[in-house]
Amino acid sequence: MSEPSVIEENKSHVLHHFIDSDQQFEASKLGMWVFLVTEILFFGGLFAAYIVYRAWYPDLYLQASEELNTFWGAVNTAVLIGSSLTVAMAIRSAQLNQIKGLITNLYITIGLALTFMVIKYFEYAHKFEIGILPGSYYSYEGIAHEKANIFFSIYYMMTGLHGIHVLIGIGLMIWLVVKAKKNVLHSGYYTPVEITGLYWHLVDVIWIFLFPLLYLID
Amino acid sequence: MLPPAKSTLAAETDALFNFINVTSIILLIGITIAIVFFAWKYRRRSENDVTPVITHNSKLEITWSVIPLILVLIVFGWGLSGYVNLTTIPDDAYEIRVVGKSWLWEFHYETGHVSVNELHVPVDRPVKLVMSSEDVIHSFYIPDFRIKRDVLPNRYSSVWFEATETGESVIFCTEYCGMAHSDMLATTIVHEQEEFDTWLASAGSADDNLSPLELGEQLVTRNACTTCHSMDGSILQGPSFQGLWGSERQFEEGDNVTADENYIRESILEPQARIVESYDPVMPTYAGTLDDRQIDAIIEYIKTLE
Amino acid sequence: MATEESKANVKRVQVKRFKPEEYPEKHYLNQETGLWAWLTTVDHKKIGLMYLMSVAFFFFIGGMLALLIRTELLTPARTFMDADVYNQVFTLHGAIMIFFFLIPSVPAALGNFILPLQLGAKDVAFPRLNLASFYIYVIGALFTITAIFTGGVDTGWTFYTPYSATTGGSVMMMTMGVFILGFSSILTGLNFIVTIHKLRSPGITWNRLPLNLWGLYATSIIQILATPVLAITLLLLTMERALGIGIFDPALGGDPVLYQHFFWFYSHPAVYIMIVPGFGIISEVISTFSRKVIFGYWAIALSSLAIAFIGFLVWGHHMFTAGQSSLASMVFSFLTFLVGIPTGIKIFNWLATMYRGSIDMKTPMLYAMVFLFLFTIGGFTGIMLGALSVDVHLHDTYYVVAHFHYVMMGGMVMAFLAGLHYWWPKMFGRMYSEFWAKLSCGLVFIGFNMTFLPQFIMGAQGMPRRYFNYIDQFQSFHQFSTLGAYVMGVAFFIMAGYLFHSLRKGKRAAANPWGSRALEWQTSSPAPLHNFEHTPVIINGPYDYHKPMSEFQLGIATPHNDHHADENVSHTESEKEQV
Repeated sequence: MSEPSVIEENKSHVLHHFIDSDQQFEASKLGMWVFLVTEILFFGGLFAAYIVYRAWYPDLYLQASEELNTFWGAVNTAVLIGSSLTVAMAIRSAQLNQIKGLITNLYITIGLALTFMVIKYFEYAHKFEIGILPGSYYSYEGIAHEKANIFFSIYYMMTGLHGIHVLIGIGLMIWLVVKAKKNVLHSGYYTPVEITGLYWHLVDVIWIFLFPLLYLID
Repeated sequence: MLPPAKSTLAAETDALFNFINVTSIILLIGITIAIVFFAWKYRRRSENDVTPVITHNSKLEITWSVIPLILVLIVFGWGLSGYVNLTTIPDDAYEIRVVGKSWLWEFHYETGHVSVNELHVPVDRPVKLVMSSEDVIHSFYIPDFRIKRDVLPNRYSSVWFEATETGESVIFCTEYCGMAHSDMLATTIVHEQEEFDTWLASAGSADDNLSPLELGEQLVTRNACTTCHSMDGSILQGPSFQGLWGSERQFEEGDNVTADENYIRESILEPQARIVESYDPVMPTYAGTLDDRQIDAIIEYIKTLE
Repeated sequence: MATEESKANVKRVQVKRFKPEEYPEKHYLNQETGLWAWLTTVDHKKIGLMYLMSVAFFFFIGGMLALLIRTELLTPARTFMDADVYNQVFTLHGAIMIFFFLIPSVPAALGNFILPLQLGAKDVAFPRLNLASFYIYVIGALFTITAIFTGGVDTGWTFYTPYSATTGGSVMMMTMGVFILGFSSILTGLNFIVTIHKLRSPGITWNRLPLNLWGLYATSIIQILATPVLAITLLLLTMERALGIGIFDPALGGDPVLYQHFFWFYSHPAVYIMIVPGFGIISEVISTFSRKVIFGYWAIALSSLAIAFIGFLVWGHHMFTAGQSSLASMVFSFLTFLVGIPTGIKIFNWLATMYRGSIDMKTPMLYAMVFLFLFTIGGFTGIMLGALSVDVHLHDTYYVVAHFHYVMMGGMVMAFLAGLHYWWPKMFGRMYSEFWAKLSCGLVFIGFNMTFLPQFIMGAQGMPRRYFNYIDQFQSFHQFSTLGAYVMGVAFFIMAGYLFHSLRKGKRAAANPWGSRALEWQTSSPAPLHNFEHTPVIINGPYDYHKPMSEFQLGIATPHNDHHADENVSHTESEKEQV
């Protein structure tokens, strides 16, 4: 992973129940992967609900999808993919012990994530204005289908839950910046960056599924 | 262990039930003997006991994997064939419409007659029940016939049976549906075909000869009012009928009202319109089930309960 | 292992024997004392004990609720409570027993304690996460308790829509409580998977892993895959009530049967979360008390994984009368029968282990034998319910209630008690009274059968479940069943009595009172704070009773990251012993 001299100097991160830094790093990565599996199952339930209702009401999905702004959805997709790139670069910086680069890349990732949230805010605001609200608050007349409220309930649950995960990711990355500034992270120990990066990639991948499923139906 | 088998398909279900029971008991006895016998025969003699190193026995392991597999496949096939029979509804079945609503069962016949909590059917003839719920999920279960089917809102589900003897069998609701779930009972009454025809033709008309008071008293039991309203003052899901007539009703919202003919009629047809304080809005409507003459009769009866 | 390879030259270490200290003065219970030390501990053993106290508490509450139910059922209609109170009581009994007792009982309580010890590790992979998962459990419990006092819940633990979406009471509070609790289960599973993969002592290969850990491993996989689906289901149900999103409520355009699919997709694997750890304990206990190598190690290990896998494919057997297609019912029935086969194989393997063993009938072994009997009944009645035509008659009757109590209580609780009595000396350094323990076990056995055997008959005769009122023909069965419940209650009070007595006045335990070969017994009782004062080295399987005890006490003395820095580490220039 790195030269022995770095290990010698900075063993302070190794917890008492691990033999060495490598074992701790491997364990942390496996732990995050297992957690990501649970996230896939969690969102999986929503995807299952999506599939069931789409199988029952294909017309509804066709019509309702038109209310979603494909352009801004695509922009958001590019934004998130870009942020996955920058978080990977952050990990690379840490591996090369370039702490300034690490912090910069984290800032850019946070910036892109915030951009995503801002665009989402405008999308939601527009919908609320015209009466597309979740559940029994739905009052939009523009879709001639009696189950229109169900499509949008699923839309809000999926994108809402995803948005919460983006916010959590932003929080985690701010925490990483704080840690980096305190010189806790270095090329011998950058586990938090690695596992946050893994988390962030999943958040990105989920969006990559959501985007075509919700926005690109035709 | 099982109730009397009163339908054409009951015997098949029972045969499989008995087969599984007998096979299970034989295996259980074998396993139990092994447990007890081994515990005794191989009890520890000394702290220096040496035990043999037995980690495998391929023949034994295959045997005790394959034989259970064969047994469960038999049970599976048998159960499947019975299930196919239970769910394949004969084309010429006599149809009766069933409505489940918390907490009573309505049976609608081809003549338009509606009976509450009494299912009348002819013997030796396939009967198909087309069922739906007006509120939550219920389940229609006749133990004697070995049939059961969930009854769902906004959807029809069907079940069929052919009764093999005349008599009565209990019907249970068997999907938890709230406070009076365990009071949502009904009765199946199996008639000879002629008797059934007669009953159906004159259904309701027997009431023509009753005075409003007598009729009212019968209706209140037949239509399951007594499931939720007592005659003696005790508090069930709904207010007691005792002392109801002429009393001052206090509601969750709105002004008080004296319990007169209009109030009772509204309570029967639009029970959710006004809810008496401290009760829940759970009463189902009888619109379409009770006609004006029946409602008048009930009112007459309630007047007499002081 | 990496330490040895990271230097250019090979490091030689000497493997020697480390006999466990008998009756140690310092151990994990008296190092780090005080309430704050407990509440902030990251020691898996103390966390395990905190879970143990919590699950014991909830078992008591759930048990009291059971006695209330059975007492009410002495007479048809009202005995001493109204229908709506009764409905809340059975809802709570189910939710508490399943979510707050059974699911965490072995993994979180016994598992947390024993897993690192059986691996020779100093702790689980993520000790702070472990503590967090305990507090998540507590918060989930608080939400649920709040639900009880702010309106109650009367939906049954299954929360079927549309009733649960429209009924009054504190449904959201309880679904949120269970939602939060689910994360505790997920994080425990995550911790166990990583620990088993990454923190095994030298020599513990996958074919030397104790079957208890195979059981916990399979359980953890189920927890990881199934619990998130429950989480999303409960979240959707909560949103259904809060916002009316309409996925499950037909009045809003949704489908109530879809709810059932979502719910059972978790809740069927959940029953395997509840039983598979128990299977692991039975393997340990039967082998130890027969002092004989386990028969069919790989069959038992792999059957746990097979059950975990197939268990995800059978959820529809809860819905044969609900309105799913006949084809679906057929597939679910078939797979349900398949999942019984690996389970049966285990029972036969355990019996074969007893064959020609040297059997010592101590309390854990007695519980294991009770398990074999009661769980077999539970299993056979599961076969009965898996048969499509018969299930049409038996679904939603007391037959189902009897079946699941036989597998969950007659199975899992007996296995849990076997494990509790087995590892009690390791946890507390004390023995308990064999006489009172066996008496209590006998009473539990008698009381249990009195309570639940009649319920098979009632169910076959048509008595529906969740019934406050019932027709007269069932009264004598109900009364006999209630009597049995009280016998069980007495048995558990006796159990609490002798266990508390053991804590204060019990005979001090030896490091290895049962003569087991398993690794946890090669350290003192109670366990030391860091489990082992050395790195254990394993050269045999945990059931190799034909090998001498000395071969199970080998280890390497290593300094670990500033702890015990003064310890003697002997490096020799001779060949590293091939292990």
